[in-house]
Amino acid sequence: MKTAHVHALYVHGKSPVHDLEAHVKVAAMLLFVFAVVATPREAFWAFAVDAVLLAGAVRAARIPVRFLFGRLLVLIPFVLFAFLLPFLGGGARTEVLGLSLSIEGLWGAWTILAKATLGVTASIVMAATTEVPDILLGLDRLRVPRLITAIAGFMIRYLDVVLGEMHRMRVAMLSRGYDPRWIWQGRALATSAGSLFIRSYERGERVHQAMVARGYQGHMPVFNSGSAPVGSWARAMTVPSVAWVVTIVSLLT
Amino acid sequence: MHIPDGFINGATSLGAGVLAAGGLGAALRQGSRALKDRQIPLAGLVAAFVFALQMLNFPVAAGTSGHLLGGALAAVLLGPWMGIVVLSVVVIVQALLFADGGVSALGLNIINMGLLTAIVGWGAFRLLMAVLPKRTASVVGAAVGAGWLSVIVSSLGFVVAYALGGSGQAPIGTVLGAMTGVHSLIGIGEGLITGVIVAAVLGVRPDLVYGAQKYDLEKSRRLTPGRTATAGFVALGLVVAVSLVVFVAPFADSNPDGLERVAENQGFAATAEDSVTAESPLADYGVSGVSDERVGTIVAGVIGVILVFAVGVAILAATRRKRSRATSNSGP
Repeated sequence: MKTAHVHALYVHGKSPVHDLEAHVKVAAMLLFVFAVVATPREAFWAFAVDAVLLAGAVRAARIPVRFLFGRLLVLIPFVLFAFLLPFLGGGARTEVLGLSLSIEGLWGAWTILAKATLGVTASIVMAATTEVPDILLGLDRLRVPRLITAIAGFMIRYLDVVLGEMHRMRVAMLSRGYDPRWIWQGRALATSAGSLFIRSYERGERVHQAMVARGYQGHMPVFNSGSAPVGSWARAMTVPSVAWVVTIVSLLT
Repeated sequence: MHIPDGFINGATSLGAGVLAAGGLGAALRQGSRALKDRQIPLAGLVAAFVFALQMLNFPVAAGTSGHLLGGALAAVLLGPWMGIVVLSVVVIVQALLFADGGVSALGLNIINMGLLTAIVGWGAFRLLMAVLPKRTASVVGAAVGAGWLSVIVSSLGFVVAYALGGSGQAPIGTVLGAMTGVHSLIGIGEGLITGVIVAAVLGVRPDLVYGAQKYDLEKSRRLTPGRTATAGFVALGLVVAVSLVVFVAPFADSNPDGLERVAENQGFAATAEDSVTAESPLADYGVSGVSDERVGTIVAGVIGVILVFAVGVAILAATRRKRSRATSNSGP
């Protein structure tokens, strides 16, 4: 189980951001993203300041730029939608390079591109510098219900097991010369999904029995419950607090 | 379907966050009362399973692909409360660990993909089961319908969020038509896969299907997956055609289609004579005697779909009879 405490977005390394406590980072990330979302779309300078702040955080966390751009690809479907907006949008229109574009649509495209890119980058910085158990512990400290973090913990721990099982079923199908890829071949996929469900469910039952046999009473023991020192809060909160100041200034002007 | 940051404005996102937290809290209370700690590892593994399923992309039409949402499936297999919890955990983990879906839009995504799919899926499942005979085939059919409807309602949830606080002011009619149109197709995949997974689980461990626990299915005949899939496909096709007519046709562009446009531009439209059926009660996709144009379009469309379906079935039945006669004649 090589990935028990490391996930797809994690970048192994040592940096000031890696050292910060998880709940501090999650809180800072949330505050920053909401500051970005609340920024009025006309305030180009505010988005520029946010981008510079975020670039500073990326640098401090020593996240490779190539890795960051690879992860930004999740946005592609919405980028496509953003490019359609100037053509679909209503209201006044303007001429750009001989194309008639909706002004409202152009604003919409800009808003989505700017805010979504900043938001995703912020969550990548958090995820890239925090291991799974720390994120879960951090959510616990932020008063997320225990049941949610416990279920999420099991989900992440067994994700690779379930994915491995799915992969083995697919290999078994391929090695027998069947490669379903169209909707009318969906039955083969769905029946293997059915057995995947039964295997996952029965594994869940076995895991629970094994845990009860080892003294499980409904929640996991917590080993380090120390809270974060004031210094960590101060360092982590610089980024979101500057972002909020920028947002408030841009809202007032 | 994972909405990123900035797509919907801050106020709407925040409101959705509060709503999602309330809904999830209620589901947690209801779920934990019934299910005890045994269910924590179990729910975690089912969440991992749903996550794995969401990685299956299936092509829909012309370059678009959809992935499974799994909300209706989780509701039928685990019950509505655990379905909501499991799907919400999946969405939260996707946002925090995979940067899939914006953090500020987490509330919206939980509502669209967790609450709506599980609640609507479960509601549709129970309604269909109340009407259908209590047999294994009905459970599968109801699951198909639940999966299909959950996708459509989830896309409607997106349209509502967009109407309340979307960026760019694309005309809501266009967004509504595009979303429901595409998703009534994506829903076919969701419905079929939901149905066949439920059928597979019913075949091996029927006790695991929460939605079927209260029905005595022992006596009913065992299903063959092939037959279910075919019947489901036919039923869904019909449902989709009708829904396209009901949801999308009234919003379709009333501009002339390609041929009519060219004809008008070139000035040969006037030379066209009205066809001999111009006097038919359904001419020009309206119904004589119905004054509201949209309602007329819908009624005409539904009648048309049913007529075409009936003709298709008749042709199919005729060829099948001919073929079976041919094979019986070829005997020694």
